[in-house]
Amino acid sequence: MSETVSNVKTLVIDEQEVSALAGQTILDVARENDIYIPTLCHLEGLSNVGACRLCLVEIKGGNKLLPACVTTVFEGMEVSTHTERLQKHRRMILELLFAERNHICSVCVANGHCELQALAQDQGVTHISLPYRNPELTVDASLAQFTVDHNRCILCTRCVRVCAEIEGAHVWDVMGRGINSIVITDLHDNWGSSSCTRCGKCVQVCPTGALFDKSKVGSDHPKYPDFLPYLNLMREAQ
Amino acid sequence: MSKLKLATVWLDGCSGCHMSFLDMDERLIELAELADVVYSPLVDTKEFPDEVDIALVEGAVASEDDEKKIRKIRAHSKLLIAMGDCAITGNVPSMRNPIGPEAILNRAYIENADAQPQIPCVVVPKLLRIVRPIHEFVKVDVFLPGCPPSADTFHTALTALVTGAPLDIPALTRFGA
Repeated sequence: MSETVSNVKTLVIDEQEVSALAGQTILDVARENDIYIPTLCHLEGLSNVGACRLCLVEIKGGNKLLPACVTTVFEGMEVSTHTERLQKHRRMILELLFAERNHICSVCVANGHCELQALAQDQGVTHISLPYRNPELTVDASLAQFTVDHNRCILCTRCVRVCAEIEGAHVWDVMGRGINSIVITDLHDNWGSSSCTRCGKCVQVCPTGALFDKSKVGSDHPKYPDFLPYLNLMREAQ
Repeated sequence: MSKLKLATVWLDGCSGCHMSFLDMDERLIELAELADVVYSPLVDTKEFPDEVDIALVEGAVASEDDEKKIRKIRAHSKLLIAMGDCAITGNVPSMRNPIGPEAILNRAYIENADAQPQIPCVVVPKLLRIVRPIHEFVKVDVFLPGCPPSADTFHTALTALVTGAPLDIPALTRFGA
């Protein structure tokens, strides 16, 4: 009995009292209680890496902002998810993502179905106050079904994680450091001549137009990442 | 109350924002009761007037001429509205940025020319090295994203700006809309 009690943590998120199991992340608990925290690299069914920093929250008593997706709860924790400071940082993160590569929404295959674009609107980003970097980046269309356009990649690593954790192929990974990082297939081989299984999971989980299906024309390319939690559930059941 | 002076300007864009502005259709008649269009590709005035209340600017800054124009517009306008994605992000015109203007000019006027290949150098203004949004040159008061912003977006935003009603732009439009 006492063991069970110690596994339950009570905490406060945005002045709302909530309970959680030890080991749960702030993001999990917030979602269970319908408290919205914006995310971009997080995806239900994949491991969390805290790469995008959009889910940063404030914890009372601590100076550091912590990513809700990889921070576990503790007893008596007081979390704020929407302070002025956090909103400012979130808008800046989105502006940095837009400025870093060439995101031309109007001619993007993901226009209208893009999580980056939707988050910009959601967070009230109407322009990018930083100068654009305009990097020269490649597009790899060597695979018959799918294309990778590095101009639109935000390095969320969802493709890397779904390929390693769900498909079990680990064809995708990240090459380089910092601003020079890019996602690669195998040891930077063309996608078409890589060990890719052509399952297409990476395309469905990509939040932007970086990975897309060649058979989709114009900007009509919704993604369907909802298969992941279902797939995990069915595998656990076996 | 005297009528507001409204100007619309076309820098490096496709004119789609102006077309969408015209798509306000009969609502333009309401607007005409509140504002006079004193300068625009749609009217015959050649020089930007000294005093303008609202300037709507379509297009990015891509040439020396665009840069001169946007500075003049800012100096003579009370409210400057960046109209559409080209003015706000650089959009399609900025797709030449990673490869530079020389590559574009060569492709258009030398490689693909059937006769007398030459890069135009008289009358047409010199291209800037990179295409940039207008807020990198002058202060912009209102950002109205979209490619193009819809007629409804124009109507709601302009009505709010003219009457002083609250304006929630992200509720109306977004990049690429």
